[in-house]
Amino acid sequence: MIDSLPSNRSLRKRLGLFFLEKKNGVAYLLLIPSLVLIFGILIYPLLYSLYISFHDYLLTKPGIYNFIGLANYLEALQSNFFLKSVIRTLYFAFVSVGIELVLGLGVALVLQQKFRGRGVVRGLIILPWALPTSVNGIMWKWIYNANYGVLNALLKRLGLIERYQVWLADPTRALHFVMLANIWKETPVGVLMFLAVLEQIPRELYEAALVDGANTLKKFWYITLPLLKPMIVTLAIIKIIWAIREFDIFYIITRGGPGEGTSVLSYYAYLNSFKFSRMGFGSAIAYLVIVLVIFIGIPYFRYMRKQEVD
Amino acid sequence: MDNKSKRKLNRLLLWIAVVVILIAVLAPFLWLVISSISHKVDLTSVPLHFFPKNPTFENYLKIFFGGRGVTDAASQFGQCTINSLIVAFFVTLISMVAGSLAAYGLTRLDFRGKGFIGTSIILPQILPPIALIIPLFLIINGFGMVDTRLSLILTYISFILPLVIRLMMGHFASIPSSIEEAARIDGCTRIGALMRIVLPLSAPGIAATSIFAFIIAWNEFFFALIFASTQSSKTLSVLVEEFSSKFGSDFISMSTAGVLASLPPVILALIFQKFIIQGLTAGSVKG
Repeated sequence: MIDSLPSNRSLRKRLGLFFLEKKNGVAYLLLIPSLVLIFGILIYPLLYSLYISFHDYLLTKPGIYNFIGLANYLEALQSNFFLKSVIRTLYFAFVSVGIELVLGLGVALVLQQKFRGRGVVRGLIILPWALPTSVNGIMWKWIYNANYGVLNALLKRLGLIERYQVWLADPTRALHFVMLANIWKETPVGVLMFLAVLEQIPRELYEAALVDGANTLKKFWYITLPLLKPMIVTLAIIKIIWAIREFDIFYIITRGGPGEGTSVLSYYAYLNSFKFSRMGFGSAIAYLVIVLVIFIGIPYFRYMRKQEVD
Repeated sequence: MDNKSKRKLNRLLLWIAVVVILIAVLAPFLWLVISSISHKVDLTSVPLHFFPKNPTFENYLKIFFGGRGVTDAASQFGQCTINSLIVAFFVTLISMVAGSLAAYGLTRLDFRGKGFIGTSIILPQILPPIALIIPLFLIINGFGMVDTRLSLILTYISFILPLVIRLMMGHFASIPSSIEEAARIDGCTRIGALMRIVLPLSAPGIAATSIFAFIIAWNEFFFALIFASTQSSKTLSVLVEEFSSKFGSDFISMSTAGVLASLPPVILALIFQKFIIQGLTAGSVKG
């Protein structure tokens, strides 16, 4: 009889009152502020936007939820604008990140050499990272200016152009100019992270290779590159995800124009939700971006979880 | 070619590379600085003078103290600076307090739901901001709180708190738990050990993470663009953009405001560079 009564402990467990366990108590006490914040301003909003993505919800008519099932998603997937944005976004992300990584590695290898003033040069490298994105945007917009831009002045002085160009008038060219502005800002992160890894490579490895008669190129190919590989992979994945989400620089430099020429996914979602007030459709696009990002981010996600939870 | 001249050639190539890198990094921002100390004549002449004949700090004085011909945007500069400071300060403070406690719990204790939290703090790293901005806007609009500094503080915490937790977890993990265990054997409680032993030991980590959080909050643009529409909450990063779009072609004021808005993050980043690099490496790849 008595044996069949649940012990206090397992009863609590069964009722889901595991937070009353002493072992858990301190942990939950420490975590409560963050849990409340994370749930209230991260998890709940995300679930809410998933909910509205199945509705025809307009910013102009708050509170009126018109359930339409998957219609928003289907509309996006059948829309030419959307599909073109996907291609544009992926092109922007992969090409920018490719260039950033090659440049970043090159610059890191140069700054790893010993030369006078190395500390100062390494210090200055952080400047583009530290600039607010909006300053980066207006700065490049001003440099590209058609009438008074310094790019026009410089190229004309060097005799590379006959007359001043309207750099952002052509969609493809505009996209590449936005990419340049973004690459300038994003490359230093790669440089600094590559330098951090390069510093940790033991000198002895290179000395041993020298004894074996390896030249500079061989040393790079057989020692440096394999040791950098984990960093290259991680950087590539996070940076591609960051680039897929990019909004600021497009908003500031081109407003998605000319025409639809530089409208990437985030901009397309912004336009639909806040300019055309279609919050449901905007949320659906946001979720399609999440799907795309998750698809690319799965390896990174696993890696991070393993590192942080263990 | 003998060894000596080969080495000389290598040195030369190295210096050329260094100079090219320096120019690439500095020139664009330098042009913004030059524009801010120019007269309109200098910037609009063709061919362009790459350096103004009579550099002037008039534009800086105008933005700070007003005066003749001050544009609407320039007159908002002071208020927007205050907004940026308040928002970045409170976001950092709240995220640091809540985040440090959580990070400690996550590194040192074992409890149910740990995996869930571990996962949700990575979310902001991969989510497109728009996925959060749409629902947060609807919720905050429902409370009638759009265009308040509080709305910015709350929404920024959604991505800065998880970042702080991740960075602080890295710092706590680097403190050997044996020190704490010794304190607890001597009769310290778990919280006591955290307050008296762990937090003082992780002071450099706390400083590094705070600076990182402050810079990111100060630089944020997208949330502020949506949530802040008037002077009562508009931050500098949004105001700077308005110089280039809303207020015609006042390139000089735009450059001046741009340089000023960059000063806090740039100076912090240059002074505390070691911290920033730590943050960058720990933020994406731990260890």
